[in-house]
Amino acid sequence: MSVLVFADSSEGKFKKTAFEVVSYGKKVAEELGTNLVALTINGGDASELYAFGAEKVLEVKNDLSTFNAKAYASIINQAAEAQSANVVVIDSSVDGLYVAPMVAVAMNAGYASNVVALPSSTAPFTVKRKAFSNKAFSNTIVSTDKKVIGVAKNSYGAHENAVAGSAETFSANVPEMGVTSESVDKATGVITIADADIVVSAGRGLKGPENWGMVEELASVLGAATACSKPVSDLGWRPHSEHVGQTGKPVASNLYIAIGISGAIQHLAGINASKVKVVINTDPEAPFFKAADYGIVGDAFEFVPQLVEKLKAFKQA
Amino acid sequence: MKILVCISHVPDTTSKINFTDNDTKFDANGVQFVINPYDEFSLTRAMWFKEKQGATVTVVNVGEASTEPTLRKALAIGADDAIRVNVNPTDGFLVAKELATIVKNGGYDVVLAGKESADYNGQMVPGMLASLVDFNFVNGCVGMEVDGTAVSATREIDGGEEKVSTSLPIVIAGQKGIVEEKDLRIPNMRGIMMARKKPLNVVESSGVTASTATQSFEKPAPKGAVKLVDNVDDLINLLHNEAKVI
Repeated sequence: MSVLVFADSSEGKFKKTAFEVVSYGKKVAEELGTNLVALTINGGDASELYAFGAEKVLEVKNDLSTFNAKAYASIINQAAEAQSANVVVIDSSVDGLYVAPMVAVAMNAGYASNVVALPSSTAPFTVKRKAFSNKAFSNTIVSTDKKVIGVAKNSYGAHENAVAGSAETFSANVPEMGVTSESVDKATGVITIADADIVVSAGRGLKGPENWGMVEELASVLGAATACSKPVSDLGWRPHSEHVGQTGKPVASNLYIAIGISGAIQHLAGINASKVKVVINTDPEAPFFKAADYGIVGDAFEFVPQLVEKLKAFKQA
Repeated sequence: MKILVCISHVPDTTSKINFTDNDTKFDANGVQFVINPYDEFSLTRAMWFKEKQGATVTVVNVGEASTEPTLRKALAIGADDAIRVNVNPTDGFLVAKELATIVKNGGYDVVLAGKESADYNGQMVPGMLASLVDFNFVNGCVGMEVDGTAVSATREIDGGEEKVSTSLPIVIAGQKGIVEEKDLRIPNMRGIMMARKKPLNVVESSGVTASTATQSFEKPAPKGAVKLVDNVDDLINLLHNEAKVI
């Protein structure tokens, strides 16, 4: 028996979430008294995973140039069988959430997604999951022999735990894929909301798209992604891909800065998983202040340029 | 084209979330239930196919009798008939298995669902269903067209979009973008009247068992009050020294 984690990568480099799931899987393996195996598909340098506790890394090398859920699910299942893995850990990236349910069916495993903590018990296997759009948690018992655990981004974190690991090539059959990638249109040179540790978001309080320069500048100083509230994307001031909230993108960043956003419940549902929230708003009654850690009651046009300048000085100090 | 749209019956997004029975059950008292917002996008896309390309649209829910008003709303929006699988949907895998029986028996070409439900946010049922019935599957779909048996679709990826080609039969997990929010349908009086006469068939569970169970619920720890500052120096200081995020 072992614990298998799928360490996802993009263009030959491990995603940050790969280190999170390896860290998580290592602890679960320790609790179960077994070893941790990481699986990579055209991934990065295996030694990067040893640093987080992967004793064995199975490397699949093939000509899949882009992610394919059916192929990946089949490969993960083949690796789980080969390693007699009863627990498979997968991240909650867009691709992780695509592939994990398919792995669960292939393994006939119970699947718990959006898991935010290590198991509180391994017999019965009990994990804490986000539910009700981050308004509550469900302590869920996975009762099947085999289990697929989806770890929510930025919830457990990456913890260095160096081991002497080794890598080996794993040969897996790739099934008929069914879905063929035709083209990928991905922003380059900008930090995406999914990858960002810091997100700077603005709402209707900015009065118009022409005022986004200072938001972008603040994001640039902080190495952050930019985002917006739903009305702003509905008005066409910013692209829909930046819309954060219940029906938009979820944010689980370390720092979320909301400028001129009142904090509708649907918006808060999308950002609740962020660790530290800062609000700048002229309205002291804005509901966002109840959800925030730090706040400035004031005019964004006065405070944001000041923040940009002071942060530039802070970063240089 | 035969389309099945999977409908979840979920608390309205503005609902207060509470639990009863020693935090083991969701407290539905005073809660307004609605069609899962993600499913609404997929249902509207199904209506588009029905009107523009010709299709029959069946809606299905796995749930107890209390979910029927939600299915009637879907009928009022324009679905032709409805199926309710009479079982308490305690687990995503259980729901997917029940839906798989409906799909296998119904001969559907396209199954549309929302990418997740607004209650458990598990994002698991569509992918499990596709695997169980061996249909092609596109998750997080923000655009789709069907031409004969060929399907072109666009899905959201981290930082962008991917265009894919595939074929029927297919499961699509849709989200905002598969139709725009302004195009979502609101039932009109005629639709509501007609919905009363449309068939709503109740089928019993196929007897599958759940693979997970909720032991208890809990709410996040109460948050401390916001710390208000009146200048950016103090804010930077707090973010650096106290929160340690910059």
